[in-house]
Amino acid sequence: MRLSANAIVFVLVSASSVAAADKAAVSNTEATMRRSFSTAMPDDWKARLKQDEVQALCSQYRNNPPPKITARILASQQRTLRYPPGGKMIGDWREGEKLASIGTGGQLSAIRPEVPGAPRGGNCYACHTLASSEVAAGNLGPSLTGFGKMRGTSPDAVKRTYEQIFNVQAFYPCSMMPRFGHNGWLTPEQIADAVAFLLDPQSPVNK
Amino acid sequence: MRVLASGLAVFFAGAVLTLAAADDDQTGRAMEQIQKYRQMLQDGNPADLLEMRGEQLWVTPRGPSRATLEQCDFGLGTGKLEGADAQLPRYFADTDQVQDVESRLVTCMMRLQGLTREEATASWYLPDSDLAALVTFIAAKSKGMPIRVPTAHRKEARMHAIGRELFFRRSGPLDFACATCHSQDGRRIRLQELPNFLDRKDAQASMVTWPAYRVSEGTVWTLEHRVTDCFRQMRWPQPEYLSDAIVALEVYLRKQADGAIMDAPGIKR
Repeated sequence: MRLSANAIVFVLVSASSVAAADKAAVSNTEATMRRSFSTAMPDDWKARLKQDEVQALCSQYRNNPPPKITARILASQQRTLRYPPGGKMIGDWREGEKLASIGTGGQLSAIRPEVPGAPRGGNCYACHTLASSEVAAGNLGPSLTGFGKMRGTSPDAVKRTYEQIFNVQAFYPCSMMPRFGHNGWLTPEQIADAVAFLLDPQSPVNK
Repeated sequence: MRVLASGLAVFFAGAVLTLAAADDDQTGRAMEQIQKYRQMLQDGNPADLLEMRGEQLWVTPRGPSRATLEQCDFGLGTGKLEGADAQLPRYFADTDQVQDVESRLVTCMMRLQGLTREEATASWYLPDSDLAALVTFIAAKSKGMPIRVPTAHRKEARMHAIGRELFFRRSGPLDFACATCHSQDGRRIRLQELPNFLDRKDAQASMVTWPAYRVSEGTVWTLEHRVTDCFRQMRWPQPEYLSDAIVALEVYLRKQADGAIMDAPGIKR
């Protein structure tokens, strides 16, 4: 399912008309970030402050990159796609539903430490409506209610849905959505469960 | 208080109407209930108690110097508090830095009272801390005055530019920046409405009521505390207290709200 150029442009137009960053401001900002955190931080904490190429470019262009950069990001992110061993990209919708509601995990705060063992999820409901029975749903992303009804469960539909959750920027450069699989936030198996929550005809998303 | 309540009612009614058009009835009804709850909150703010404690701390001799904070200069002259918060953060020649209200308080605790930095800052984030009380007291002294963060000084302009870059800076395992959640109209996480800081009206409505009593926390949070908590939610590490990253963001956010009439301490969810 290839995207038209128009679709890409539509998605990328940001709400603001802020000009792209200038190099001096970016360089000052990086120096400010370095000195605003304790040097005694563990390395994996420090790593969260380091931008990868996509994060740096999307920040610089305010999530509205010019065509050459868009093409570059599309190509590089397409190369990151990884699949579950065994190739089963649609899993258990009940597990996917749990993942959609969990908003904890991965927090780093000394003054408000996260409960040890707090589960990690996709927190899909933070940004999307899904099952219509769940009223407390956000609207940062489009509604996904009835997602499976429109797409079915063909291998193409399953693969495309899986890939988009794994790395949304393989299709929509500088999308606001996290790159759940590529960033290692969710495992390929968890993503397959999320796919089932979206596509399975028995899932509340499609009832 | 009544003017604020009716202003907030109009603001949230507008937001509810916008959302109701896009959402189904159930979500619309839930948002209406939340709006009613927020209106009820305006009737008596526990932050007023903390403000009174701040007023006491201001005149209480402390530290090895047995001095009060009354000689502290927030940019308008020694001991001048009326309107001081409305023009912070700003550059201070005696420290050669841009400082927010909390940073400036710590400077005064160290220089006037002789406290060490550790003594002055150790409990900053604890509920009803001394610093929170003092910030609440000082912010209330700017009620009715317009936010006017200066950017004429070279360092002020630089911090503003850095704050703007930070607002858009994406990093971490969820690729988040402040802009991820705060750069579009009419957005919410679950049922929590998000101010769009690229929109003047949203920025103003948000900024004039910090510091605020946070019902969900049962205490007053300063702007610094709230921005620090955003870093946690974005899955970034915790920044150092009073660091330039936080102050730069405060400069940017308050500049986005330029001209708005202060009404702190507020009361929020």
